[in-house]
Amino acid sequence: MAKLSLHQLSKSYGSAEILKDISLDIKNGEFVVLVGPSGCGKSTLLRLIAGLDPVTSGSISIGDRIVNDLEPAQRKIAMVFQTYALYPHKNVRENMTFGLKYAGLPAEEISRRVDEASRMLQLQDLLTRKPKDLSGGQRQRVAIGRAIVREPDVFLFDEPLSNLDASLRVSTRVELSRLHTLLKATMIYVTHDQIEAMTLADRIVVMNKGRIEQTGTPLELYYQPANLFVAGFIGSPKMNQFSAIVRNAAAVTRFGLSAPVKASEEGNAVTIGIRPEHFVVGGEDEHPLAARVELVERLGEISHLHMSMSSGELMIAEWRGRNAPAIGDRLSLSVEPSNLHLFDAKGVRI
Amino acid sequence: MQLKWRVGLIHCFLIAYSLIAVLPILLVVMNSFKIRKAIFGTPLALPSAETFSLVGYVKVLGNANIGVYFFNSLSVTLISMATVLLFGAMAAWALAEYRFKGSNLLALFLSIGIMVPIRLGSISILHMMVDLNLVNTRLALILVYTAQGLPMAIFILSEFISQIPRDLRDAARCDGVPEIAIFFQVIAPLLRPAIATVAVFTIVPIWNDLWFPLLLAPGNDTQTITLGIQQFIGQYITDWNSVLAALSVAIIPVLVIYLIFSRQLISGLTAGAVK
Repeated sequence: MAKLSLHQLSKSYGSAEILKDISLDIKNGEFVVLVGPSGCGKSTLLRLIAGLDPVTSGSISIGDRIVNDLEPAQRKIAMVFQTYALYPHKNVRENMTFGLKYAGLPAEEISRRVDEASRMLQLQDLLTRKPKDLSGGQRQRVAIGRAIVREPDVFLFDEPLSNLDASLRVSTRVELSRLHTLLKATMIYVTHDQIEAMTLADRIVVMNKGRIEQTGTPLELYYQPANLFVAGFIGSPKMNQFSAIVRNAAAVTRFGLSAPVKASEEGNAVTIGIRPEHFVVGGEDEHPLAARVELVERLGEISHLHMSMSSGELMIAEWRGRNAPAIGDRLSLSVEPSNLHLFDAKGVRI
Repeated sequence: MQLKWRVGLIHCFLIAYSLIAVLPILLVVMNSFKIRKAIFGTPLALPSAETFSLVGYVKVLGNANIGVYFFNSLSVTLISMATVLLFGAMAAWALAEYRFKGSNLLALFLSIGIMVPIRLGSISILHMMVDLNLVNTRLALILVYTAQGLPMAIFILSEFISQIPRDLRDAARCDGVPEIAIFFQVIAPLLRPAIATVAVFTIVPIWNDLWFPLLLAPGNDTQTITLGIQQFIGQYITDWNSVLAALSVAIIPVLVIYLIFSRQLISGLTAGAVK
């Protein structure tokens, strides 16, 4: 168990700057999820922490040691890979014990750890099987088991669920959550799936183009996104974004939605964001928004209404319950002022 | 229909090629069981009751030196194969996995070895062996054959190594496995089909080689089987029965080695093509 901190970390391959000035402090026992679109540098960051790639500048410390120049094994980390990366010619037990033998642990200690991990992950009956005789979910459990037996200070997960099918992904996700409470270990988890990020994380780090866009608890990111990128990335369907002009201390969109803004923004172009789930049909707003239903996606209890405003802007609203409107219906919508998000011309939250 | 035609045509070519390759060998084996007169009289006929004879085999197997020749061939071939595979795999791993100063230059240097035949250097090799006092030793042959086999082995094996998923090496590194153990315990077992392929490609030319044994190890104790057979071919009289019988016998070890490796070989040759 240990805290981990990154200080002004950057990484370049040749002239391509993959990571720029990353600083982050992770507390002991915290579950941090790095999330972002593909190519944002999240996996590279994980590889730097693991010690698989050298850093270009900045420092990484685990516990009280700076680990920049240490080999992966000396950093006391364990990593779980997307492809599982099990040794194909070794059985489950050998996969878990392979690294431990080189650590010079006594045989009793090794078998104690394997027993404990395989009990935790229900692998007892699989110990003599080869990876090719295991299902995807079982392979992933073995990969996690191989990490657990190392008793590392920090667990690193690189998109561990993305090779599993949908239902297995949900159950393995729950299992990971349970494992974190059980082990109380520091965990860093990379994913591009915002549902995984929201459900697993104590804290989410949203990355984009090699930078950290925002760090916060799942609900902070949801309710107070720091900028347009985070606003668009967290939440599904995406937050609706409307351009507006500030006049007389209020941002006004082309279709007449208005939100109060502080006076310093007078005359500027800003963006108003509204999450689909925050539209209220009918409501008591004095200036309801008129919109026409163009398409309805029924998901069961919830339907997504794709609508167009009188001025041509497109938006998505969520409808709860049965009797969803039909295509062509005209609705009047309103939004609670507290559910409006405002962003300045640079996309930063006002 | 079109496809059927194409498949038929391809098969015709393959059958023709196989016949061209196999018939001479068949002819050698067939004639080795015939009396001398029949070898020349009806070379294409199968041995019949009148023409059947084992005289060649009796002579060859009765020759005390044949055992020595076989032992020389086998030991030179197998030791060369082992060194080519060991050093080839290690060099391929180094070139595929590590970036170091001059690694590209080294890879280029080794690939030149594929293009330039080692026989071009025969004279300097002979000089070198004389200086090193290695003429008429099996070691001379082993050294030359190792040099001859390495470039191709490295080329093929580094292709295979680069196909092994990166994550596997990274996982081993995170596990704290030393680099040498990553190679021998993680990478090498996965290279088995490639190693079988390289083994066959290495063995066959060594076993069949006449040039270097003639040049470097013509002594009676160090002759290989291909060279040893030549003693039945005289300037004026050639003992064809013995030559053909010796050739037939000499095919057997290569055939056995090929059969051992063939399953692995096929999976090795197709590994890149079919995921």
